[in-house]
Amino acid sequence: MGEILLKDKEIAVPGEVLAKGMDYIPAGGTFRENEDIIANQLGMVSINGRLVKLVPLTGIYVPKANDIVIGKVVDVTFSSWLLDINSPNLAMLSIRDATEYIERNADLTQYYDYGDIVAAKVTKVTRNKAIDLSTKGPGLRKLNEGQIVEVTPSKVPRIIGKQASMITMIKDATDCKIIVGQNGRIWIHGVDPDKEIVATAAIMKIEHESHTEGLTDRIKEFLDKELKK
Amino acid sequence: MKYAKRFDNRKLDEMRPMSAKVGVIKRADGSAMFQIGDTIAIAAVYGPRQLYPKFLQNPEKGILRCNYDMISFSVPERKKPGPNRRSTEIGLVTEQSLNPVVQLELFPNTVVDVFIHIIQANAGTRCAGICAASMALAHAGVPMKDLVAAISVGKVGDKIVIDLNKEEEDFEGGATDIPVAMTPRNNEITLLQLDGEVSKEELLEALSLAKKGCEKIYKIQQQALKDAFKGEKNE
Repeated sequence: MGEILLKDKEIAVPGEVLAKGMDYIPAGGTFRENEDIIANQLGMVSINGRLVKLVPLTGIYVPKANDIVIGKVVDVTFSSWLLDINSPNLAMLSIRDATEYIERNADLTQYYDYGDIVAAKVTKVTRNKAIDLSTKGPGLRKLNEGQIVEVTPSKVPRIIGKQASMITMIKDATDCKIIVGQNGRIWIHGVDPDKEIVATAAIMKIEHESHTEGLTDRIKEFLDKELKK
Repeated sequence: MKYAKRFDNRKLDEMRPMSAKVGVIKRADGSAMFQIGDTIAIAAVYGPRQLYPKFLQNPEKGILRCNYDMISFSVPERKKPGPNRRSTEIGLVTEQSLNPVVQLELFPNTVVDVFIHIIQANAGTRCAGICAASMALAHAGVPMKDLVAAISVGKVGDKIVIDLNKEEEDFEGGATDIPVAMTPRNNEITLLQLDGEVSKEELLEALSLAKKGCEKIYKIQQQALKDAFKGEKNE
């Protein structure tokens, strides 16, 4: 019979034995050695039935398919744009996957120029980290207005909340348009600049206090207080 | 002169007081400080990030690059700043002692940069550097099989001791310094250097001493990493 050595929500360091025995299955952030499940990252233990998982607390963004990301155009080639998506490798947006109608032999910089910010979806990541993007999808486009806030990529799930509860609350309270990129870049655009500032402050607050309990309630209080001013 | 007891009245198997802290450098992806006695090392980790020039890239896995530097005010006599033969060598052995634990297969064509600065030196600097670097790598979220703990053991006069200080290293009656780095879970040795003379039996005795020392260091490293995130919880 296997046993769990670290409780749920405890912090594990690399090399720490999380569970013993074949009754448990190693998931993200862990690996099996002999019969033990071992952490290979710094993270918070999450036990779901027989699955032992590690939620990373730090680290860079690792792209995966179907992620919405916010990228910046850093290079333009004959048939594609190369975007910096806050990961070690550049991502490619091919003209086939762009939503614009592009004429033959057109100068691609007239659609997306150097330094432009684009919301896109990751369609494919190969083993050697060639990343394909697409702008086909609702809300995916070049972002002409608004501002970008950068947060640690591992805290993005907290900003979105369960079933997007947290981000919907901020959107509703501040009347802002918000796109949260899985790569830790958040685009905020509001009609009222004052409310836009409140939305930015709320997101910074979530990043700062992401590990605390009852965060949703406190953010709600914070929004009410700030918006009354 | 005979070496009967240790110059700072420690027991033969007693280490100097240690402390560790994670997150000492804000702008780095990961950072840590490790102190043992008067020796203090700080380490900063950047990456994984793109590696240039391109011919250095490895399309199968990311590479680890370590840089060791003693700051000019770290020693009693001012050290000329910049790299030298000694620091290049220590950077290389640090890299080799950390390479067995890091898993960079997920990050091809990238580099993880580790910068180790010794801000105060009193022997055992490469070991303190390795301890700080392994914590900083964990803090940066780099996948690792295990942490690495390192300690110097050695023979001073005819005694086998742990954690030599500068005075013992320079003992006229002859001193042998053996820096050892180990992975605490499996007790695999990732660094073993030797400067001097020892017999086989003495070396084995020294290594068993190092094993005990590494276990103590691992406890401190583990605690420091966990404490860095406990603070956020209570905020």
